[in-house]
Amino acid sequence: MSVIRTRALTKTYGSLVAVDHLNLDVRPGEVFGLLGPNGAGKTTTILMLLGLSEPTEGHAEVAGFDPTRDPLEVKRRVGYLPDQVGFYGNLTGRQNLRYTARLNRLNEREIEGRIGGLLDQVGLADVADRTVDTYSRGMLQRLGLADALVKDPSVVILDEPTTAIDPAGVVEVLASIRSIARDRGAAVLLSSHLLHQVQQVCDRVAIFVAGKVVAQGTMRRLAEQMAGDTLQIEVGLEGPADALEPALRAVPGVHEAVRDEHDPRVWRVTGSRALQQRLAGELVSRGVAVWHLRRVGDDLDEIYMRYFANNKEVGDGRAA
Amino acid sequence: MAARPEARLGGLRETVSAALARLRSGGDVGDRVPSGGWRVVADKEFGDHVLSVRLFILVAVLGLAAVGAIYSTSTFVRSNAQQAAGAPGLFVLLFSAQSPSSQIPSFATLIGLLGPLLGIAFGFDAINGERAERTLPRLVAQPIHRDDVINGKFAAGLAAIGLVLVAITVLVSGVAFFELGIVPGPDDVARVVAWLAATIVYVGFWLAFAMLCSVALRRAATSALAAISVWLVLTLFASLLTGIAAGILAPLPANPTLDQQVANAQLQLDLARISPGELYGEATAYLLNPSVQSVGIIMPSQQAAALPSILPFEQSLLLSWPQGVALVALTVVCFGAAYVAFMRQEIRA
Repeated sequence: MSVIRTRALTKTYGSLVAVDHLNLDVRPGEVFGLLGPNGAGKTTTILMLLGLSEPTEGHAEVAGFDPTRDPLEVKRRVGYLPDQVGFYGNLTGRQNLRYTARLNRLNEREIEGRIGGLLDQVGLADVADRTVDTYSRGMLQRLGLADALVKDPSVVILDEPTTAIDPAGVVEVLASIRSIARDRGAAVLLSSHLLHQVQQVCDRVAIFVAGKVVAQGTMRRLAEQMAGDTLQIEVGLEGPADALEPALRAVPGVHEAVRDEHDPRVWRVTGSRALQQRLAGELVSRGVAVWHLRRVGDDLDEIYMRYFANNKEVGDGRAA
Repeated sequence: MAARPEARLGGLRETVSAALARLRSGGDVGDRVPSGGWRVVADKEFGDHVLSVRLFILVAVLGLAAVGAIYSTSTFVRSNAQQAAGAPGLFVLLFSAQSPSSQIPSFATLIGLLGPLLGIAFGFDAINGERAERTLPRLVAQPIHRDDVINGKFAAGLAAIGLVLVAITVLVSGVAFFELGIVPGPDDVARVVAWLAATIVYVGFWLAFAMLCSVALRRAATSALAAISVWLVLTLFASLLTGIAAGILAPLPANPTLDQQVANAQLQLDLARISPGELYGEATAYLLNPSVQSVGIIMPSQQAAALPSILPFEQSLLLSWPQGVALVALTVVCFGAAYVAFMRQEIRA
């Protein structure tokens, strides 16, 4: 049972195709990452899911309603954190949340308790009665998260939730996102272009380039799909370069071994799948000390960069 | 900001589907979204207006000007107390008459002149302000109709304008009361209330116009400047422009006949009546001066035949009715334009 479901969702602006036959399914309790570069059509997709923009073609269903026909029912159930969220600077954090609560026609008696709890949860209880003018970017982002949760949503849509905040802030925001899905059982759809930041919280991701999903699935599946028969491993070795290179090449299955440009002790080894189990043992048996070993390609950024680097070929072929 | 048909339909569809939903549920709101989101928006906006620095400044400026005007008029009345005693409609004349010995215009003229500023002040950043603060996407993602945003803001602006105008009128009446000891009769009160209503509509026109600017122009400063420029052009150069236009459309030869002169003058007047300022000025003349029977062109022969008399309030109201209706129509058209432009706009900045 998906709470967000799109079928052939398409949006064109004149001759520009912003979103091209998008099929998505997001289930309750899951964090789904919509990942792609700026201008890939992420925000356009989100606006269509909220009924704030009408699809040119195709169909969407959010929380059981069609956002085009029943936008109010959708907006009642969907918490939304826009890209670079803004608040009324002359009001306090608490007053801003109160306004959102009233717009959702929440019961006046429940409002204070609920927004108090949310402000606590995002760590803004101390500054809740200061005007928003005095908030930092990270505080605004956290207030935005609280704002999206005021209506107790079953679906939460977060547009670029980690942009423009410092690393410590990112960790806090990501932890909150995780708990929205786990503790509230809500479906979370987040969009981002900062892949390494969000990969730790996403259950599934869709890589979105120029309006098209070029790959979709769990991180592991994407990595495997990308890697094919070959595998890339990063190894850290101690010893002189001229002795190490022949030693690496001598391992059966190694096609190529390249020294890292920045760190001379790190090598990038490309070879067959079997290397994953064998490489360390083979090297140790040859008397080479291994201090670092990492499979490259599990990392979303690398998957993404590869899609990026050759997205023209990938665009059609792997879209399914 | 190019208009896209699907976006335009989107708003309409939202409204229609909600109306249908209400019909389907037989008026029982139940689990459906309740209507009246504009009231929540209006509440918040009105609160902002009342606590804003701009309201404080406007009340101070308008209040000072109004008290100055009324003081000047009442001083003149006092020095001519003999003739003035018992004159009918004296109370409303305090609002509309200018002391001949003074440079200060009457209270009503001042409000006609400065009122638009009030409307512009509460409207020029209505929509682009939300865009600048990046609050618009969050606002329209709440379960309200998109037009609730602009309707609520217009209602809040009108309420703030009404508050300022009523406060100033009461202040001025108080000054007149204490300075001269004139107690207004029911006819006077009715005239002032009708004039206040006309003033609110007139200032409402400028509020709607400023809101149109705030939808069309992305920067609040540009939109304020645009609204103020139009106001200045209409106030300062309207008569010049209508004169030129009438000269082209109904030209006067070297020795014009009376008919040609009347035709030219009538055309000038008709053109001037496109401007809300002119309409408001005429409505004010009828409402605040019971002896005014016409604001059109009067031939000396007609003037001679007219009986100088004091009209009862109902008659003055009747005379000012066309101007009032035209003012309401202009305001509605202007707000309609702002409404349609806003509904057609993409939410995304």
